[in-house]
Amino acid sequence: MNEHASITIRGKDRYKSGVMEYKKMGYWEPDYEPKDTDVIALFRVTPQDGVDPIEASAAVAGESSTATWTVVWTDRLTAAEKYRAKCFRVDPVPNGPGQYFAYIAYDIDLFENGSIANLSASIIGNVFGFKPLKALRLEDMRLPVAYVKTFQGPATGIVVERERMDKFGRPLLGATVKPKLGLSGRNYGRVVYEALKGGLDFTKDDENINSQPFMHWRERFLYCMEAVNRAQAASGEIKGTYLNVTAGTMEDMYERAEFAKELGSVIIMIDLVIGYTAIQSMAKWARRNDMILHLHRAGHSTYTRQRNHGVSFRVIAKWMRLAGVDHIHAGTVVGKLEGDPATTRGYYDICREDHNPMRLEHGVLFEQNWASLNKMMPVASGGIHAGQMHQLLDHLGEDVVLQFGGGTIGHPMGIQAGATANRVALEAMILARNEGRDYVHEGPEILAKAAATCTPLKAALEVWKDVTFNYESTDMPDYAPTATASM
Amino acid sequence: MRVTQGCFSFLPDLTDEQISRQVQYCLEKGWAVSIEFTDDPHPRNSFWEMWGLPIFDLPDAAGVLMELNECRKVYGDCYVRLSAFDNSHGWESVRLSFIVNRPKDEPGYRLERHEGAGRNIRYTTKSYAVDRAEGKRYGGT
Repeated sequence: MNEHASITIRGKDRYKSGVMEYKKMGYWEPDYEPKDTDVIALFRVTPQDGVDPIEASAAVAGESSTATWTVVWTDRLTAAEKYRAKCFRVDPVPNGPGQYFAYIAYDIDLFENGSIANLSASIIGNVFGFKPLKALRLEDMRLPVAYVKTFQGPATGIVVERERMDKFGRPLLGATVKPKLGLSGRNYGRVVYEALKGGLDFTKDDENINSQPFMHWRERFLYCMEAVNRAQAASGEIKGTYLNVTAGTMEDMYERAEFAKELGSVIIMIDLVIGYTAIQSMAKWARRNDMILHLHRAGHSTYTRQRNHGVSFRVIAKWMRLAGVDHIHAGTVVGKLEGDPATTRGYYDICREDHNPMRLEHGVLFEQNWASLNKMMPVASGGIHAGQMHQLLDHLGEDVVLQFGGGTIGHPMGIQAGATANRVALEAMILARNEGRDYVHEGPEILAKAAATCTPLKAALEVWKDVTFNYESTDMPDYAPTATASM
Repeated sequence: MRVTQGCFSFLPDLTDEQISRQVQYCLEKGWAVSIEFTDDPHPRNSFWEMWGLPIFDLPDAAGVLMELNECRKVYGDCYVRLSAFDNSHGWESVRLSFIVNRPKDEPGYRLERHEGAGRNIRYTTKSYAVDRAEGKRYGGT
């Protein structure tokens, strides 16, 4: 599809009044060599029947940058060629009939420094409702170092979070307090205390715990911090609970964050639904106040899950690393929520690496240099339990928060026992891995041995032994890895 | 109570052989291993005393174990931990840390509460052991 030469109309004919195809207006430039400073976006374009894929892709470039539906003479008052986004490559999607990957380059001057709101208003602003397209998905973005450097990045980052928490060499352990709605502050704090004392590092408010009739936020904060301090004294370890400061206005969120700080919390939490600008504001607040900032990706599946339309979560992960959160939910692979293993690994790489090579088999479609921006801690939460520890460590690695909500609170011997089971399983698995054992295959055996001296783990393995969530993923990489002989 | 700082405190105390295998893992990653001890186990006590410098450029775990046993002879009634330091760019911090020696008796911590306005309580965590002078805690004379 890329053999086409440029068909851009140049000179005064370009600005004749009337309607002109986007591909002739300068939005299709197959010879264009993207600059190091360009933002590059990769869209999955599904044109309406009969619409030329090149024209559809050029239209995406046009509608996400300078174009409108007709020629306007006022273009001539600007350096229009610089500001036009340029689609420079269109490929059919492998095994995706009727779908095309369109590569579009945007000049860096199109974007405001350090503003996800501005970046996203361009790239996903109007164009997703464009009629000639059946569907459109933003698959990935290459963000130039020059633009990355205009963002704060994670307020704390993985390394400093570990130093502050004094926890090294293993995944952190957490649990979301359940039931997520209805507990009074006092009962809620009980769950926090039991889970932390039992061996977890963190507990967590759920996304929709804010300030409701059954528990207003100050009640929650006060009881939770009593629980955190009691658990610290009982274990000698630093503990934390993500106090969700999500609220209706920035003023309310700042008030709640300040109170969390006053009470000595090491971490606060926000939901993705508060919006990009609010997230960036809270990230700045967190950096100023030595606070770890946890982000719950509430709402993302409305636009990330379907493969043909929306925004891939890998793009959201990139935006959130720029925006400056420290934790982000990024999938569990083995748990109850959507997540193909290879795609999830791609998300984790985006969170944690300083440099992402292009890895088509993980759905990472561009090389990305993070220019020493802090690393973001991925969080695995939803339907995981101690019996999966070897798989979790294998899929997700060491720099991750493993959150066992039901897997802690639902333990037959109680919450403390549930927490202890998870901690013992984790430490046993790390010990075995470091000793060089084939922990992925010997996992069940390693757990069984650890359970011999730990009754809570034994009970956990027994009660959840048959729980798996094997459903087909709705989103997976388009490129299969080519098998190579292992040496 | 049992202080559960470090990576393996929920497991039975590691044998010297298990410790060696962990040290070997660290050395193979190119990390420097250091031995630190303290009789002040406050969760926010970052700076334990150093038993010599971090051990750089060591091929074999036996050297660390030898040093550790020397340290235990002198500070056997203290907490001793091994930490592995990774100097690679983007990390430049500790990668693994675990307790390898602990006092026979661990009295734990007292939580002090200072009541303030609006039910706001300031909490202070204090190890019972630190009521005695440094070096005289945990059965030291």
